[in-house]
Amino acid sequence: MRPVETWLYPASLGLYCEPGDFYIDPPRPVDRALITHGHSDHARSGHAHVLATPETIDIMKVRYGANCAGDFQTAELGQTKTINGVSVRFVPAGHILGSAQIVLEYGGRRAVVSGDYKRAADPTCRPFELVPCDVFVTEATFALPVFRHERADSEARRLIQSIARNPERTHLLGVYGLGKCQRMIALLRAEGFDAPIWLHGALVGLTALYQNLGIDLGDCRPASTAADADLKGALVMCPPSALMDRWSRRMGDDPVRVFASGWMRVRGRARQRGVELPLIVSDHADWPELLDTIVETGAEDIWVTHGRDDALVHQLSLMGRRARALALVGYDDDAE
Amino acid sequence: MRAFAETLDSLSTTQSRNGKLALLTAYLRAAPDPDRGWALAALTDGLPLRIAFRRILSDLMAARTDPVLFKLSRDFVGDTAETVALLWPTPADPVTPPRISEVVDWLLNAKPSEHAVIIASVLDRCSVRERWAFLKLVGGAPRVGVSARLAKTAVAEIGGQDVSAIEEVWHALKPPYTELFAWMEGSSERPDPGSVPVFRPLMLAHPVEDADWPSLDPLDFAAEWKWDGIRVQVSAKSGEVRVYSRTGDDISPAFPEIRSAFAHTDVVADGELLVVRENTVAPFNDLQQRLNRKSVTSKMLRESPAHLRLYDLLFAHGEDIRALSFEARRERLESWHAEDRPLLTDLSALVPFTTFAELEEYWRGAREAGIEGLMLKRRASPYLAGRPKGHWFKWKRAALTLDCVLMYAQRGSGKRSSLYSDLTFGVWRTRDGANERELVPVGKAYSGFTDVELRDLDRFIRANTTETFGPVRAVTPKLVLEVAFDAVQPSTRHKSGVAMRFPRIHRIRWDKPADEADTLDATLAMIDRPAA
Ligand SMILES: [Zn+2]
Repeated sequence: MRPVETWLYPASLGLYCEPGDFYIDPPRPVDRALITHGHSDHARSGHAHVLATPETIDIMKVRYGANCAGDFQTAELGQTKTINGVSVRFVPAGHILGSAQIVLEYGGRRAVVSGDYKRAADPTCRPFELVPCDVFVTEATFALPVFRHERADSEARRLIQSIARNPERTHLLGVYGLGKCQRMIALLRAEGFDAPIWLHGALVGLTALYQNLGIDLGDCRPASTAADADLKGALVMCPPSALMDRWSRRMGDDPVRVFASGWMRVRGRARQRGVELPLIVSDHADWPELLDTIVETGAEDIWVTHGRDDALVHQLSLMGRRARALALVGYDDDAE
Repeated sequence: MRAFAETLDSLSTTQSRNGKLALLTAYLRAAPDPDRGWALAALTDGLPLRIAFRRILSDLMAARTDPVLFKLSRDFVGDTAETVALLWPTPADPVTPPRISEVVDWLLNAKPSEHAVIIASVLDRCSVRERWAFLKLVGGAPRVGVSARLAKTAVAEIGGQDVSAIEEVWHALKPPYTELFAWMEGSSERPDPGSVPVFRPLMLAHPVEDADWPSLDPLDFAAEWKWDGIRVQVSAKSGEVRVYSRTGDDISPAFPEIRSAFAHTDVVADGELLVVRENTVAPFNDLQQRLNRKSVTSKMLRESPAHLRLYDLLFAHGEDIRALSFEARRERLESWHAEDRPLLTDLSALVPFTTFAELEEYWRGAREAGIEGLMLKRRASPYLAGRPKGHWFKWKRAALTLDCVLMYAQRGSGKRSSLYSDLTFGVWRTRDGANERELVPVGKAYSGFTDVELRDLDRFIRANTTETFGPVRAVTPKLVLEVAFDAVQPSTRHKSGVAMRFPRIHRIRWDKPADEADTLDATLAMIDRPAA
């Protein structure tokens, strides 16, 4: 038996599997990278060889161009590959379309690098699958006990109610462009909202990709093609940075600013951004989900990659588990 | 509690006044008595509860959470009550929260030692938004951007009345204000204030504009000095005396000597509260020290004695004289004052003039004399609540100006929330013995520019941002703003040691190099001298 830390560890370029000679989600260009999902702090351009799920590869090509890596190899969810004697399997993480946990086995031990994940239902991606393991590598974006997300379907209904109550005002919904955007659209459609949804230019490409990959999002149109009258009382979606931006002035004098994010759990965050209707919808595990998942994996060691590692490591030590912060650089703790 | 929680939740993130007012009115209309009255109390004068809130919360949390995790959470959230609401275990089964009136009854009738158990049992029955609203309800000021006046305005909307109608009875009412709602809904008469000396809404002035002068006849007007204190109303009846601020807040506890001075009178009087030492009006700052105090020390009474300079009389010996002309009321004011002779008071003198040119001479001397300006009051006008047009004018002394450098900008609110419209500016300070100069902030302004200028400023700010902290941007110090203001005062709150009163942007000096902006020494030289 070879303890996991002898063959999987943080190196200067990122989390490195030595016998396999590959990195997982490295923040800088490397020879061989395994990518858990398409968010930009996990999937960077410029690697020589990339192994990822087909959806993640498509996302990378939309974001960075078809030649953003030397070559791409697809990893179908559930299939096992062997790389230099290391067994590698991609398993659904429930985070966004194509997102995967990467299960590594070597020397009789198993490690799961979960990337970003959530346990709550999401109509745009396959649900998280639990894999028992010796070492579980987890994120900690919302690892404070104050973070308990709301049910996403009831938050979508709150938005629909607000649109019905304020027929004169444009609703401007700030969302993270990959994953949250398409999940919110799918949730709204599932709740019966069938009006056209207008998209800021930054959201158009990835939303079209989701639709091409067979996810039904209904009538979505670029906001740039709308007449001003079309936008009155309509739902317009944009990246969070555009909520307060000059672009938002097109939405009339007094749009209802909405933001869908796990951070909206905290009122100060909503007020700071001038958000009138905060929706607590997240694509990351909340505090109870993090703890439940860690316990269910049965892992002896828990490694925390990014986010509030201080709180999570402390809590796990109270629960009698070995936990440590990997202090990996390059991840965006705040993006959601 | 559910409807209240939803309302408070929306209020906390709604920026526009009209939006807030609509939310409040809808809630107060729909909620039953006495719940809505307790909610109204929480948003105005506070619930009549004495709870050791902070200690109870920290005891409850100590028994339920790890101290390290609590501290990390509290630091992140920035508000203790909200942190508790978020951390409190959510019940597994659906729960029905108690009514506001039940909660208030329990707490009103409990011994202090029972408060913690009651609070815990209510939290156990609430969802996360309800827990937050409940803690804001019983924890004192909810701080959701709703002033007491806005809450009263929402009540008035129910009955299609003006807020002044509510203000006239407010201080004779007690929570849960059942008779107030009954009156607004037309099911009972206006509540009788009885022997309580209630607040009567003040009459306010408009600034006189250049365009006003040709239509004004000097013979129609009386002039008074505009004193630099706090406008108050003293309401006295049957030995009971209240001092009210301009907005109708009861500030009596801070000014016991004024209450004693009026104890033998039966009047409602309008005047300016000042601190006067040896016949000299002290700087506004000294008065500020006394305001917002629940009680005053004998040292403060001795060192900063209050004085009331009287402008007007609204009620004399129980008789409402507001419908009389200013001239007639002034006569009543003078004869009453000569008769009752309340201590610590004098009459604001009328400034004699026959032409506006003559008056302008006085106006020019106002700054030199340490006086804020002049008031023009139409001799024939009755005493009208609010800010009626064409009756009273304030003619403020000419503004001072300084060339300052833009340092920080913050997003505005409401319609201006996509624009950087709140501007912080500074002047140059030379550190002792150093050759280098640094900018120190001296004030903040959010008015004085046109819409076009505002857009230009916004563009400049976005293009010259050096750092961003939440809604605030630090800006490369290179744009000069000519700032107009009324006065400079010493301030311990600002790094520069000074604060400007009523600053606004007079001109944007796109042309002027920042190096040539004014210095802190020039600013200090403008600090007010006490008035005679
Ligand atoms: Zn992610």
